[in-house]
Amino acid sequence: MATDTVKEHDGQSEGGAWDGGQAPMKASYGKLMMWYFLLSDAFTFTGFLIAYGTLRFSSPTWPVPDFVFKTFPFVDASKEMPLIFVTVMSFVLIISSGTMVRAVQEGHRENQKGVVFWMLMTILGGATFLGCQAWEWSNLIGTEHMTVTRNPFGTHTHNGAYLADDGTVNSDDTFEMGASYLIHTAEHAAHGHGGDHGDDHGAHGDSHDEHQDAGHDSHTDTHDDHHGDAHAVAVSSDAYAEGDHGGYVVKDGFVLRKYKIQEEDGSYSDDTYTEAFGPKAFGALFFAITGFHGFHVFSGVLFLFIIMINAASGQYAARKNGYEMVEKIGLYWHFVDLVWVFVFLAFYLL
Amino acid sequence: MGHLSKEEGIKAVNRGLGLLAVITLVEVLVSLFGKGHLGIEPDWSFNVNLGLYEGPLAPLLIIVGLLLIGLSLYKAYYIVYKFMHMADEVKGLRMSVLLPMLLFVWAIIAFFQEGNSWKERRDQILEKNKIETNTVVIVEDAAEEVELHQDENH
Repeated sequence: MATDTVKEHDGQSEGGAWDGGQAPMKASYGKLMMWYFLLSDAFTFTGFLIAYGTLRFSSPTWPVPDFVFKTFPFVDASKEMPLIFVTVMSFVLIISSGTMVRAVQEGHRENQKGVVFWMLMTILGGATFLGCQAWEWSNLIGTEHMTVTRNPFGTHTHNGAYLADDGTVNSDDTFEMGASYLIHTAEHAAHGHGGDHGDDHGAHGDSHDEHQDAGHDSHTDTHDDHHGDAHAVAVSSDAYAEGDHGGYVVKDGFVLRKYKIQEEDGSYSDDTYTEAFGPKAFGALFFAITGFHGFHVFSGVLFLFIIMINAASGQYAARKNGYEMVEKIGLYWHFVDLVWVFVFLAFYLL
Repeated sequence: MGHLSKEEGIKAVNRGLGLLAVITLVEVLVSLFGKGHLGIEPDWSFNVNLGLYEGPLAPLLIIVGLLLIGLSLYKAYYIVYKFMHMADEVKGLRMSVLLPMLLFVWAIIAFFQEGNSWKERRDQILEKNKIETNTVVIVEDAAEEVELHQDENH
């Protein structure tokens, strides 16, 4: 035993790899562990994205991103701006990555003021991204009524035409297979906000007093000769009440429009169908994955803030390894940008 | 790691930002082209029942998809190698972080194939679920019968 110990000790004193003085792979402990943490985090995110891809592959229809993500803050929802807002979000994150590189560079130059300034810019970029995501989420949840268990974005599986309010086929109001639609709530339809719901519902709603309560004073188009004259349109309190109506079914507060399938020869099917909700998994996957990424951005902003305060207080200037802490949070921040590249690809581009 | 002067550093960052911004913009334009925006009317339409796009130029959409994936992978490479300075690390560290990622080549092929199989066998799965549901009902009935007998015994 004793000789073994001596042998081992001799080996170390000759400058062996286990001696302690050397950094394995020529990287400091902190940076090495940050790399391996990011590797494990990459596995988590890739697992999520593979689950997304698997469920998307398993579903006959899937919401088309250029239809789902076509709104922009402060722009009327009827104006289509597909993918524009999320492109802005991507640019914000890319620019914040650039400012982070600048902060690390200033750290190498031991320029305390530069480090603090560029970290502040990075924090502002991260906070802007979070603000954009908050708006995107609140629009999806509040205006378009998507939740983790409900996906109002559906896809037509046939060519067809919607029924008018009197229950007959409206051959002017047609749609094609593969086209997307958004199911509105009865409250929205009654107020005439139905962007995708056809102009027949939207147009007359605008001529009425929008301030009235939806449940009590819903308006309906009666197809009378005085259409457009607010005084002549009959006010029906049960226009969007639960149940079966001429052109739509109201179920659980949602308006499911009726349609007939158009056959190859142009005739319409005898059976009447109603629009259905899209694949449920979309809402759960979207909120889980973009939420998990958003949480990474949020915690990244917090850590950036702490390290910026430390840098500003001169803590790192006194340390032997200089501004390595800035490098480590920089690795984390670039990784958040890296993940967004693939979230952007999976949810918005493809 | 080479320590850059301020001017060199700013130049490197601007080059990186410009490159990533241009690639992102190209990606969005390619994606919008594939979805039929940009004022170009595509000749393809989505057949929901077959789960694929139809039309003489529909194979173009495969190129659109591959282009988007390729550009995203290039962005990932650029962020890891230039912004995270992976290029300056020793080979052992590079490989120990990057090689495990190759596991996903298998995972992506296997799981996407599995998902596609669920779609193609949807009718069979629904049928099987129906049978299993019926079995459960029978078991419940049997349990009720047992309870009834027990009541009689009391």
